[in-house]
Amino acid sequence: MGLLIRVGDSIDRETNSCVRRLVRRLESAPRPGLIEVIPAYNTVLINFDPLRSPMDSWIEFVESLDYRNPTEKIEYDIGRIVEIPVLYGGEFGQDIEFVAKINNVSVHDVIRIHSSEEYFVYMLGFTPGFAYLGGLSPKIHAPRLDSPREVVPAGSIGIANDQTGIYPISSAGGWRLIGRTPLKLFRPQDKSPFVYEAGDSIRFRSISPEEYESLTEFHD
Amino acid sequence: MIRDVFEIQYPGPMTTIQDMGRFGFRKYGIPVSGALDRFSSSVANRLVGNPMHAPLLETTFLGPRMLALSDCVISLTGASVNLKINQREKPLWSTLKVRAGDVVSVGPAKSGVRSYLAIGGGVWSPTVMGSSSTLVAAGLGGFQGRNLQEGDRIQAGFQEEVPPMLALDDKFIPCFDHQVILRSVQGPQADYFDEGLQTFVSSVYVTTPGADRMGVRLHGPPMEFRSQSKRTIVSEPSLPGCVQAPPDGQPIILLVEQTIGGYAKIATVISADLDLVAQLRPGDQVNFVIVSLAQARTARMDSELGRQSIKFHVS
Repeated sequence: MGLLIRVGDSIDRETNSCVRRLVRRLESAPRPGLIEVIPAYNTVLINFDPLRSPMDSWIEFVESLDYRNPTEKIEYDIGRIVEIPVLYGGEFGQDIEFVAKINNVSVHDVIRIHSSEEYFVYMLGFTPGFAYLGGLSPKIHAPRLDSPREVVPAGSIGIANDQTGIYPISSAGGWRLIGRTPLKLFRPQDKSPFVYEAGDSIRFRSISPEEYESLTEFHD
Repeated sequence: MIRDVFEIQYPGPMTTIQDMGRFGFRKYGIPVSGALDRFSSSVANRLVGNPMHAPLLETTFLGPRMLALSDCVISLTGASVNLKINQREKPLWSTLKVRAGDVVSVGPAKSGVRSYLAIGGGVWSPTVMGSSSTLVAAGLGGFQGRNLQEGDRIQAGFQEEVPPMLALDDKFIPCFDHQVILRSVQGPQADYFDEGLQTFVSSVYVTTPGADRMGVRLHGPPMEFRSQSKRTIVSEPSLPGCVQAPPDGQPIILLVEQTIGGYAKIATVISADLDLVAQLRPGDQVNFVIVSLAQARTARMDSELGRQSIKFHVS
């Protein structure tokens, strides 16, 4: 059974910090019957076993938690900053010229702008580790492809309107591709299969083909 | 100890290794996966003396045909199919002995979609993130993260004692009708619909061929949104059983391979009825009824109790 808690209506950092505070409260002292907590932009889903704790008790419990207090800072609020090296353009970022053209900037500008912002990880989903990032500069927005590609290789970095994102595994996808990271972002056999989680921030660093090669070897 | 037990001669359209699912990683976008029909899969394991959560094979519509490489016990449950060992017809929902050299073949499903083939000792597959379940979209778990193919060798754990030869009493064998009633509670966006909610509970929806482990698409009278409601939502988490209403108003019942989504959810099929969703075939008719949360919990309790009170006889 599931209880979906909507802490706000919009996609913004303040709402999302309430989400993260609630997740922290629920995970740090798991109640009997808790199966899993799944956070998103402005919602938290509590999946629980109703035979161990009924719905009423969950509603009561969530209401007793003060996760809406924005002045309260918790450790988890800060999040890590994860650096992702990217080889921009060329065969790995075949839409970068399109993104430059429709924004009236140079390819170099797209790289400079994209790699100078810090992006907040609102949530993960769609495919394992696919990050929904906030904070893309309006100078490099670009629409999705009219028809998605059947295969977007793992590690691709894309833009869709006001969002930028990373494809951790190969999948279909309609975002405009501007580069690729040599890092393996999903390592199912590792103790920590993912390099970032919701609440972290991501910085992209532009790298040369040579560095791409060396990092690829290092990670294989 | 692990041994080779079967070689796949014909895999069927989609045969995968599944267990009870992969929990704890949905916040990273890893869906639960696992056997879709929980009753059938747990009975299959019980019949061969395995723990309920042991990995087994889930088939879809047809197959597999397999050559036995060692002696073992098996059971087949779920959809109604013809099961043969060396061309001789064998009963479903029973413990069966197989000898090395035997050929086990599973025919097309006559009702229901998914069958569960359990092997004494448990199908062996490396555990990835706490589960052996296959998630084909991510190449994760099961047999190299994919559907079984011709020539694959299925391994199983060693079973010290041959379990008793049992069969499930007939009255506990589920029958998968072509018309099902699915009990549901109101969904997180039930208020996006006005007459649409009425349409949802008063119409017959037909299962389309667009069905996989992610969800089952139905077709019928469109569920109308309120004129002032948005047609999509800020993406939020979903659970198996959620009934999504895309802008075209045709329901999609989510299963086990999705964690978040951006469509409005009019209702959630209660967990006690999810096994029925797993067995819906194209053309099968669905009626939805709305129940209260308390009724949903009672139904869940009844189905757990029902599971515990099933009876077997010696076959």
